[in-house]
Amino acid sequence: MPKPDDLHFFIDPNRCIGCQSCLHACTECDTHRGESMIHLEYVNRSESVQTVPVVCMHCEQPTCAEVCPADAIKRTSDGVVQSARKPRCIACGNCVVACPFGVPELYEDRKIMMKCDMCYDRSSVGRKPMCATVCPSQALFFGTREEIEQLRPQSIPINTFRFGAQTITTQVHMMVPRALATRASYVDVAAAMDERPRSRAVSLKVVDDPFAEVEV
Amino acid sequence: MAQVPVDALRIIEGFGPHLSAMTGTRLSTSVDPDRLVKTHCCFCGQQCGIQLKVRGNEVIGFEPWEEFPFNRGMLCPKGVKRYLQGSHPDRLTHALRRDPSSASGFSPLPYADAIARVAGEIARIQQTHGAGAIAVLSGASLTTEKTYLLGKFARVCLKTPFIDYNGRLCMVSAGAANKKAFGIDRATSPWSDMIGTDVIWVAGSNVAECSPITTNYIWQAREQGAKVIVQDPRITPIARTCDLYLPVKPGRDAALFAGVLQIMIERDWLDHDFIRDHTVGFEQVAEYCHAWTLPHTADVTGVPQRAIMQAAEWWGTARTSFLLHARGIEHHSNGVQNSLGTINLVLASGRIGKPNSGYGTIVGQANGQGGREHGQKCDQLPGLRDISNPEHRKHIAGVWGIDEKELPGPGVDAYELFRKIERGEIKGLISICFNPKVSLPDNSFVTRCLERLEFYTAIDFFLNDTAWHADVVLPGSLHEEDEGTVTQVEGRIIKINKAVDCPGEARQDWRIIQDIAHALGRPHGFTFTEPREIFEELRIASKGGVADYSGVTYEKVTQQLGVFWPCYSEDPQTGTRIDDHQGTPRLFERGSYNPVAKGNGPFYFPDGRARFNVAEYRPPVDDGSEEYPIYLTTGRVVSQFLSGTQTRRIGPLVRQYAEPRIEMHPRLAGKLGIADGDWATAETRRGTITLRAQVVTTIRPDTIFIPYHWAGRKSANQVTVAAQDPISKIPQYKVCGCRVRKADAAPEYAAVLEPQQ
Repeated sequence: MPKPDDLHFFIDPNRCIGCQSCLHACTECDTHRGESMIHLEYVNRSESVQTVPVVCMHCEQPTCAEVCPADAIKRTSDGVVQSARKPRCIACGNCVVACPFGVPELYEDRKIMMKCDMCYDRSSVGRKPMCATVCPSQALFFGTREEIEQLRPQSIPINTFRFGAQTITTQVHMMVPRALATRASYVDVAAAMDERPRSRAVSLKVVDDPFAEVEV
Repeated sequence: MAQVPVDALRIIEGFGPHLSAMTGTRLSTSVDPDRLVKTHCCFCGQQCGIQLKVRGNEVIGFEPWEEFPFNRGMLCPKGVKRYLQGSHPDRLTHALRRDPSSASGFSPLPYADAIARVAGEIARIQQTHGAGAIAVLSGASLTTEKTYLLGKFARVCLKTPFIDYNGRLCMVSAGAANKKAFGIDRATSPWSDMIGTDVIWVAGSNVAECSPITTNYIWQAREQGAKVIVQDPRITPIARTCDLYLPVKPGRDAALFAGVLQIMIERDWLDHDFIRDHTVGFEQVAEYCHAWTLPHTADVTGVPQRAIMQAAEWWGTARTSFLLHARGIEHHSNGVQNSLGTINLVLASGRIGKPNSGYGTIVGQANGQGGREHGQKCDQLPGLRDISNPEHRKHIAGVWGIDEKELPGPGVDAYELFRKIERGEIKGLISICFNPKVSLPDNSFVTRCLERLEFYTAIDFFLNDTAWHADVVLPGSLHEEDEGTVTQVEGRIIKINKAVDCPGEARQDWRIIQDIAHALGRPHGFTFTEPREIFEELRIASKGGVADYSGVTYEKVTQQLGVFWPCYSEDPQTGTRIDDHQGTPRLFERGSYNPVAKGNGPFYFPDGRARFNVAEYRPPVDDGSEEYPIYLTTGRVVSQFLSGTQTRRIGPLVRQYAEPRIEMHPRLAGKLGIADGDWATAETRRGTITLRAQVVTTIRPDTIFIPYHWAGRKSANQVTVAAQDPISKIPQYKVCGCRVRKADAAPEYAAVLEPQQ
């Protein structure tokens, strides 16, 4: 059964608190127990507590599949890019190197690439993936566009990304703030203690149409 | 005789903490569970709903429970991996006796012999030294049924006034402040009231790590337009993207609240009608705040004037607001005053008892709320009753079928109880759900006291660090091996359901307590056959008290997915019987009736009015000084819980943050010549601790932070100060003076212990 069309995955790194609940829940999935298919990265812990959850973005034209010499990576009709197929995968690691989001991982012991498949056993029957179900900050959200519009009026989902000359459109959406940040995130307590802090304004492009394909 | 029987390394070798892992059926992708059991997490006060996957007599995994309204399937890493505490290699499956001739220091003992030995020692000590020579230490991670039973056990069976609990380390500052200001001790509103509020002020709470699910409520409120103010010496994950961060110097919270209230008074950002109609005492508070000018407040608190002014403006001019606080302002020798300072801000605004406006303390333990209501506290009887109040005593003595004169009076707080042990006044100790050797401040004192005991028995499912001193260890039950109720952070009573049976000779805790009572020949009142019977008695005992559970039944809790107390069986106004009272999600609504005010107003005092209390700033005990110029503060990390008895045994959680580190700002580290990852030594007037440094900009340059979940030479509480709040007796964990240096060498433990040990 394919994943229902109206259900989408949204990531909002602004909400992430770095608790790793997503990784732990991923290891509880019935298809790959004991191993997490997703990552959580500190951007730079020495200067901030900011973390970013990394799940597969499920590209419309998956680079991982395009570079696979064994044609082992398949995208199902619902747009979910699956893990490498066992009989085909030759564990060359091309996909690991090529993925612009850094998602696939090579399991040398089993000679196979495995990655996030949006909890296909769950999402294909209309249930939320494990990580998005447990996420305490709902930085990982799975639901309809109507729900995300209603719940997140401050930000907009985007799903087009440009890496150099390559433009990628993905199934998974990233939430970006709708308005210019009036103030940067708090990163250094010493700056917060100053009576006249230095300006750390960050300029971000503003997007107006939530579902237009935009560049950032 | 409560000396540790053999060398620590030998005990650790025998009893851990070792790590559990996903193995066997827990790793299999083809094994299905026999059933799913709907219950709750065993750790923090949020009490997230969870379903445990059970196969045979083993919990093999979890499944989110998306229908439970508080968390809707969300869980933190502790909740996800909680099931790995079961079927654990360290699990105690039989009783133990102290045995220095055994390799691990302890030998197995048949359960019946262990109970007989415990009862014999209690009887001997009480005959020789009096009933009060025995003390009980209990905890707020137990179900409400167990906490009720323990309070009754101490007073009725042991006839000792000396019972206290680990909530003394946790909830008591907030509890005392709530009682002084509102006459009732509970969060005023369900968390759903946050969504749609104008301002949320988080005072001293690392929400993202200590109560992660609350994060989504705060973020969702912000999506709907709320401004978020966070007051903390560290930029925790909830502070990173907040709208206003107040980098308060540890121990200066009451000063900050006074300064903010002074601005509100000067700018007339006050709800005069509310103050006039529903409160008393504002004038005295205003007079106290007068001295807290903006420059003076900024000077004392270390928060810049612009930020204090911004906070006052947002708070002062909001239409709706929610104030949350936790141990960051409560763990102080000025903890009650700090909490009262927040309440004064709430009362001055008039924003309480209305939709989208509330106040609450975020409880730390599973039953942080319920565990502080029904009598395991030294001065308390069930239903939030007072053990010194003649009427309250009469009611409870009646329920318990004893003469009121037989009921002991108030005892002493948990730390004072150790001082009594040191003085030889208490000779025997029974502990459950409490690991004071890790969790109390200045814990080498606790060790010395334990060594002075004539007899000590610990009830636990793992051999916790304090239980190393026990003469007899009784194998108790894990959360998933028993049923009962707990009351979570919002005041919602919820149902814990049993998933598996206790292994081996381990017993449900309430059975162990009753077995001791029977062996002592004092079975009266300890003949319950299931937790439901205890709860039915608790309903009667709590009836007419402020925490009235009389209308709560297991069925109602299950059907409604939780019941907010008070929940009456008789209408407090008319006295007529009601069977369908739904509970009280929001307190203090205008026009609401409560049995104390009797219609005079919404608050729980005879005149129905809330109390402003002068919330005085006092500098911390053992404050920063020339000799000890840095502030040491302590707290939690997201993957560990309290003294780590459970979480330091769960492999995936240990790997997330394996060992404590000393967090410090690069400015401080640079001055001291310490690089990230170097061994660093923090020294206070109590001693030293050597850990690796974590150099981050997310902490005040004059402050270091150490998480407290570890034992022995890694325990932060080796160096914390045993100063206590004069009212609540909470220890001052959140600040003391220290000095820091690069360590001369790696500590000895580094070569011999695993990270979690």
